[in-house]
Amino acid sequence: MNIKTPKIDRRSFMVGTAAVGSGLVLGLRLPFGPSVVRAQDGSPEITAWVVIRPDDTVVIRIARSEMGQGTLTGLAQMVAEELECDWSKVTTEYPTPGTSVARKRAWGNFSTGGSRGIRESNEYVRKGGATARMMLVQAAANGWSVPAAECSAANSVITHKPTGRTTTYGKVAEAAAKLTPPADAPLKDPKDWKIIGKSVKRLDTMGKLTGAQVYGADLKLPGMLNAAIKDCPVFGGTVKSFEAAKVTGMPGVRHVVPVGDSAVAVVADTWWEAKTALDALPIVWDEGPNAQVSSATIAQVLKEGLDASQAFVRNQNGDAKAAIAAAAKKVEAVYAYPFQNHAPMEPMNATARYTADRCEVWAPTQNGEAAFAATVAASGLPADKCEVYKINLGGGFGRRVFHDYLTQAVLIAKQIPGTPVKLLWSREEDMTHGRYHPVMQAKLTGALDAGGNLTGLHVRLSGQSILAAVLPQNLQDGRDNLVFQGLDPSGDFAFGYTIPNLTIDHAMRNTHVPPGFWRGVNINQNAIFVECFMDELAKSAGQDPLEFRRKLMGKHPKHLAVLNAVADRAGWGKPAPTGVYRGLAQMMSFGSYVAACAEVSVAGDKVKVQRIVAATDPGYAVNPGQIERQIAGSFVYGLSGLFMEECTVKNGRIEQENFHTYDSMRLAQMPKVESIIMPSGGFWGGVGEPTICVAAPAVLNAYFAATGKPIRTFPLKNHGIQMV
Amino acid sequence: MARMTVNGKSLEVNANPSTPLLWVIREQAGLTGTKYGCGIAQCGACTVHLDGAAVRSCVVPLAAADGKQVTTIEGLAAGGTLHKVQAAWLEFQVPQCGYCQSGMIMAAAALLKDKPKPTDADIDAGITNICRCGTFQQVREAIHAAAKA
Repeated sequence: MNIKTPKIDRRSFMVGTAAVGSGLVLGLRLPFGPSVVRAQDGSPEITAWVVIRPDDTVVIRIARSEMGQGTLTGLAQMVAEELECDWSKVTTEYPTPGTSVARKRAWGNFSTGGSRGIRESNEYVRKGGATARMMLVQAAANGWSVPAAECSAANSVITHKPTGRTTTYGKVAEAAAKLTPPADAPLKDPKDWKIIGKSVKRLDTMGKLTGAQVYGADLKLPGMLNAAIKDCPVFGGTVKSFEAAKVTGMPGVRHVVPVGDSAVAVVADTWWEAKTALDALPIVWDEGPNAQVSSATIAQVLKEGLDASQAFVRNQNGDAKAAIAAAAKKVEAVYAYPFQNHAPMEPMNATARYTADRCEVWAPTQNGEAAFAATVAASGLPADKCEVYKINLGGGFGRRVFHDYLTQAVLIAKQIPGTPVKLLWSREEDMTHGRYHPVMQAKLTGALDAGGNLTGLHVRLSGQSILAAVLPQNLQDGRDNLVFQGLDPSGDFAFGYTIPNLTIDHAMRNTHVPPGFWRGVNINQNAIFVECFMDELAKSAGQDPLEFRRKLMGKHPKHLAVLNAVADRAGWGKPAPTGVYRGLAQMMSFGSYVAACAEVSVAGDKVKVQRIVAATDPGYAVNPGQIERQIAGSFVYGLSGLFMEECTVKNGRIEQENFHTYDSMRLAQMPKVESIIMPSGGFWGGVGEPTICVAAPAVLNAYFAATGKPIRTFPLKNHGIQMV
Repeated sequence: MARMTVNGKSLEVNANPSTPLLWVIREQAGLTGTKYGCGIAQCGACTVHLDGAAVRSCVVPLAAADGKQVTTIEGLAAGGTLHKVQAAWLEFQVPQCGYCQSGMIMAAAALLKDKPKPTDADIDAGITNICRCGTFQQVREAIHAAAKA
């Protein structure tokens, strides 16, 4: 059959939250009365962040998505701290993006990427808690006809200090909800925190132990059908034709439908029936203009960029070129970092129900507002006829900030009006239709003087820009500043070394493979480039890698502090156990200062990472126990990437289809991770991503110390190296 | 028609005998605690107990489960009391996103049945599930703790 569907520009569905926040909200009526805003169960909302039920249950609203990183519990701790509520009575709920839009973004940004959950919303969620506390106290004071200043609140109990009278939040919630919120709600001094800074247990564990937690893939709706999908294996290709008649008689099959211009879905009673029929469905692809592209042709394009005369300069001082020309010793190294897939354990999925006047979507998403915008765009309905319900995510790692799978689900549901359809990707679809870690090469050239001092450094990056592909409006005069994470002159990704002559620049070389934000994003390869090169420079200068770094870090005390912390704890400078070698790395990443010291032993091609000491200074540590788990977890993700993970391109498509060719670390390979959490206060850094970037260079530097061989292309499996 | 017992309840399944047990559990029995991760027995998210032994249900055809006892994550806790592995998981705050943890817990429970006091080497060999959140350090600690419980 011939497919006649409108041309779909996938990128148009990545509508940013700015569009949601401004245009779409216009024309919506607030579906709430003038006095008390109520939660679905009728309980009064004190502020947008706090609902108090009559039984004293405290419902804290969380706008960011919980995908394992612990933001749900951490944000609840922040609200609860200022609310002075009983922590044992706290529960959480997600406001829906449609409601947020209708209420002029009452909950702010929903985006859950870039380790920004706590670091970017800490102030306004604490204010939400503090404001609610003041209103509850005022309501109690009004009831007693006493000044609010005579009352105090603790553990959800309000006390009138002069008389000792008490009441509870649940009892005064109705009255509090009717009050005008105070203009300002001062926040506590961090030294007075009681819940922030404590390793309280996560609020969301029990359902994960019993199978009760419902992830997107588990959702069941009455009358729901299940869809399996195949998108053109070559990015940019389209469907030429498919023979639906060959599978329409197979068990359970209800519909065979085109999805946009590049995909076909089978919709059946069960997903297994849908997938079985899809596997049997003859599809002819028009592979488009990219069908001849391979990893080798892409590498060639990037290689040219290493010496190209034009490049975007991000960080420059002095004259690196002259310093290198005048060097007593010039050191040069070229690195290459591959495409990588996020491969969250739960494959992409979304459920949609469409009628002519309503479109509802249930989706695991890292950004409820972007999911909402994608729903509006794909459904073609006005915003006030759309809604998105966030469902638990089985991992995200940056993949679920993109909503290609959601768009597909809506496009399928539109063809079966009134019937909810759950679209679930196979692992193969997930592996071959990712938003891949961008491919990048780098040439680093260093100048050493006769005394072994680093007098000049040129870091030339050559490779793919994520922003150019997905958020071109965020480029600055064509330059992608995100490429330089960890190499910036200042800010949340500040370079930690002072070098008299420095140039860091980027030759943008884009590919047809869609790039995305992969946990840590560009700092992963930048940390490898710079921190491994530092060890090569130190060796050329005949110096200890720690001492070599320290000489360059005098003006970067927070970078230096975490580096010193891991060196001290690991016993740097003291003999390691026999056969064990150490390597160091440090970076500033998503607003936090991070460092690692790895201990590695090497036996032929077998590498055992014995131990990693890690340090982070995130400014404030909201839940230290959870930070420890994220540090150890980030090392699993990062070291899986270093040792095993590469997506190669052949005939325009990704070759790896499942975990047998795209492996991931197992328990036996896990090093002992020791974490030093050293919050120095005064700033808010991230947690989920920052530490991932130091694992790989620390291990590589330990391998370099053990073997004298620097490795500059990844993953290590390509060198025959096996992680044991 | 195949018959099996799932978490103590009998289940009659009218599906193609090649249908993987995973999808029988999820879509016929309606128990979604057992997860799909890869479909090729690589990741272990679909681990259940078949006549008491841990299996990766995504590659076990329905025909091979006919007449057998299946225990899924929903059936691990007996009479509302968490299994000692689940209790240790709670104590050590193992799950992050949690998606792989049903399989991880079922694999750990089977390991402890075979080896009530496992060594680190036993745990290395017995727990080969993929966890992208990287909970392995806590998994190891929790298994040792469960062995002492």
